[in-house]
Amino acid sequence: MPKNDLIGGALWEQYSAKVGERMNHPRHRGEITEEQAKAMGARLVVADWGAEACGDAVRLYWAVDPKTERILDAKFKSFGCGTAIASSDMMAELAIGKTVDEAMKITNLEVERSLRDDPGLPAIPPQKMHCSVMAYDVIKKAASLFKGVDLASLSEEDIVCECARVSKRTIEEVIRINDLKTVEEITQYTKAGAFCKSCIRPGGHEKRAHYLVDILRDTRAAMEKERLLAQADAGDFRAKNLIQKHRLIEKALDEKIRPALAADGGSLEVVDIREAAPTGEVSVYIRYLGACRGCVSSTKGTLQFIENLLRQEISDTIRVVPL
Amino acid sequence: MERIYLDNNATTIVDPRVREAMDPFFCRQYGNPNSLHSFGTEVHEAMRLAMDRLYAGIGAGDEDDILVTSCACEGNNHVLKGAWFDLIRRGPKSEILTTPVEHPCVRNACAFLETLGARVTYLPLNADGVVDADILRRHIDPARTALVSVMWANNETGLLFPVRELAEVCRESGVLFHTDAVQAIGKVPVDLARVPADFLTFSAHKFHGPKGVGGLYIRKGRALTPLIHGGEQMGGKRAGTVNVPYLVGMGLAMELAVDGLAFEESRVRALRDRLEEAILAIPDTMVLGRGAPRVPNTILASFRGIEGEAMIWDLNAAGIAASTGSACASESLEANPVFVAMGLSSELAHTSVRFSLSRFTTAEEIERAAAAIQASVARLRAISSSYSGAR
Repeated sequence: MPKNDLIGGALWEQYSAKVGERMNHPRHRGEITEEQAKAMGARLVVADWGAEACGDAVRLYWAVDPKTERILDAKFKSFGCGTAIASSDMMAELAIGKTVDEAMKITNLEVERSLRDDPGLPAIPPQKMHCSVMAYDVIKKAASLFKGVDLASLSEEDIVCECARVSKRTIEEVIRINDLKTVEEITQYTKAGAFCKSCIRPGGHEKRAHYLVDILRDTRAAMEKERLLAQADAGDFRAKNLIQKHRLIEKALDEKIRPALAADGGSLEVVDIREAAPTGEVSVYIRYLGACRGCVSSTKGTLQFIENLLRQEISDTIRVVPL
Repeated sequence: MERIYLDNNATTIVDPRVREAMDPFFCRQYGNPNSLHSFGTEVHEAMRLAMDRLYAGIGAGDEDDILVTSCACEGNNHVLKGAWFDLIRRGPKSEILTTPVEHPCVRNACAFLETLGARVTYLPLNADGVVDADILRRHIDPARTALVSVMWANNETGLLFPVRELAEVCRESGVLFHTDAVQAIGKVPVDLARVPADFLTFSAHKFHGPKGVGGLYIRKGRALTPLIHGGEQMGGKRAGTVNVPYLVGMGLAMELAVDGLAFEESRVRALRDRLEEAILAIPDTMVLGRGAPRVPNTILASFRGIEGEAMIWDLNAAGIAASTGSACASESLEANPVFVAMGLSSELAHTSVRFSLSRFTTAEEIERAAAAIQASVARLRAISSSYSGAR
C-alpha cells in the first residue's frame, strides 16, 4: 500500500497547483446573456449537466457563430467541489475558438491533462475524475442543443468507463485478443477502471450500466464455450457421440445447405439420425419443407448436393435419406 | 496570519498542562510499570493518580474497571467483538442493536460480525435524529439481544442521545448496554453513577489529551473476552505495556475536561451560538438539530447552493479549519451514512459544513470565522449554477 494511503487525508495534496489556482480564480466563471451573444453576432447555447443531489452540477454557456459554428466565447457556472470548478473552467477555456464538432472531441482526460503542472503527474486524484470532471457530457449536451438533435444520437457506443471513455466492444476485444483473466489486466490494457473505479463492480461511487467484472466473466464464459465447442468439433467424426454428430450435421446444414434451399423458397429438417454399428455408416433422415416438397430435383440433384456436401464437410460415412 | 481551528470534533490541541504532566515519563521515569525494580515502581504513583482522575471523571465505581486502550476504536471493537465471543458465537444470544449513525469503528465492526453470523439491527431514528427509549423498547428482545451499542453524542450533528433512558431499558431487559462517549467527555456531564451503562469508551485526543490513548469502562461483574492477548497488564484484560506518559496525560486531560464543563456550558456555548447566529444571518442557510439537545460546541450548517468541500477549501485558504460531510471530501467519495440515516436530502448532505469549537476558541476567532464564512458564501454562490439569489 502506498505510504500516502496509510497516512490518509491526502485528497487535496493530489490536486495540482493549476487546479488550486483555477479553483481560487476561475477565468471563465459567469454567464453569457442573450444580449452579449447577439452583440457578438452569435447564437447562445446554455447546457446543464449533473445535479446538486449528486454533488456536482455544471451549466455551460457558449456563444456560437451560426455560420462557422465556431465557439466565440464560453463561460460556466458550477455547483461543485474544487476540482469541479477548476475542471469546468478549463473545459470552457478549451472550447473557445473551436468549432462545435471540434469541441465534441474534448475528453475529460484532455481537461485533466491541461490542468497538470507536470505532464507525468495527474492533476486530480483518480477517484475524483468521474464525478468532478464533467466536460464531455456537458459539451455533448451543448452540441445537441446547438444542432437541435437528440442527445442520444450523439452517443457513439456503449461506454463502460466514462473517465477514460472505453467502450464495451473495446474491452471485450482486448480480453479476447490478449486472453486477459483479471480486471487489473483490463485496466492496464485499456485504462478502464483506473480513475473513479465506479465501472469495476457494483457498489462503487456511481451506478453503471456495465461493470468490468461482469464483462470479464461473460467474455471469459463465451470464450470457454467457444473453446469447448471447437474441441468437440475437432477430431474423428466416427468417435463422436450422437449428440455431437447431430450438432455438426445441423451446423453444416445451417451454414451451407439451408441458405441455398431458402433461395428457392424451400428448407429441410432432420427427422432422425441412425448409426449402423458395424460399418459406422450414419444415415440422416430428412424431410423437405416449403418449395422443396415435391420438387423433382429433391430426390436427385438436390439430394446429391446435400449428401456430397455433408460427406465433404464432415465425413464420407454419411448417407442422406429423404422421407 | 494566525490559523483558526474549528474542527475540534476531529481532534483537539493538547492542553499545555497535559504535555507538561507527561514530560517526566519519557526520559526520566521511563520504567516499565510491571518491573519490580525502582524504575518500574516509581511510575505507579502517577499512574494511580491518573486512574483516579479517569474514575472520578466518568463516575466509575472502585470495583469497576477502566482499561487503558490505544483509542476509542480499540475500545469499541473490544466491546462488540467481546459480545460476539461471549454471547453470540455459541449462543445463547444472536443480535446486536445499534444505530446507523455510529462512528465507522462501530459500524464496520458490526458489519464484520455480520459476516461471522451475528445479526445486527440498526435502530431507526426519531424526528430529532436520535434513538429514544420507546424505539429501543420496540426492538429489544431479552432472549435474542446480546448488546445494545448507542453513542452518547453524534460527531457530525452534536446531537445527544438519551443514554440514561436507553441504559435503563437495557438494565430492565437484562441486556448489556455500551455507549461510545467519545464526543461527550468534556462537553456534557458523563456520570456512570447515574447512567447504568455496562461499557463506555472514550479517547483522550478529543478532550485535549494526546492521540493514541483511550479508555474502556467495564462495569463490575461484566465479563469481556480480551481483544488483545499477551501479558498480565490490566489484569490480563488488555495486554500490552501501558503507555505511561499517555495515561498520565489522559488522566489530567480528563480532570481538566470535567473541571471545564461549566465553562463549556457557558462560554463555549455562547461562542458557538454567536457563530450560529452569524451563519443563520446569511440567507438560505440552516443549522441541523438546532431544536434538539446538542453538545455545546458543534454546529452542522448547510449553505444552499454551495458544495461543502468547496467551502472548506475557501475557509482553509482563509486559515480556518472546518470539515464537511459532503461525499466529495471523503477519500472514498461515499455518501455520509449519518446524513442518509437522518433522512436528509442529498442536497443538504452535499452542502453541509461542520464547525466544532473548544475551550481554546476565542471571541475574536469566531468573528474572523464569521467574516470568512460570509466571504466564501458570496464567492461560491456567484459561481454556483444552482443558486440564483435568495428565495
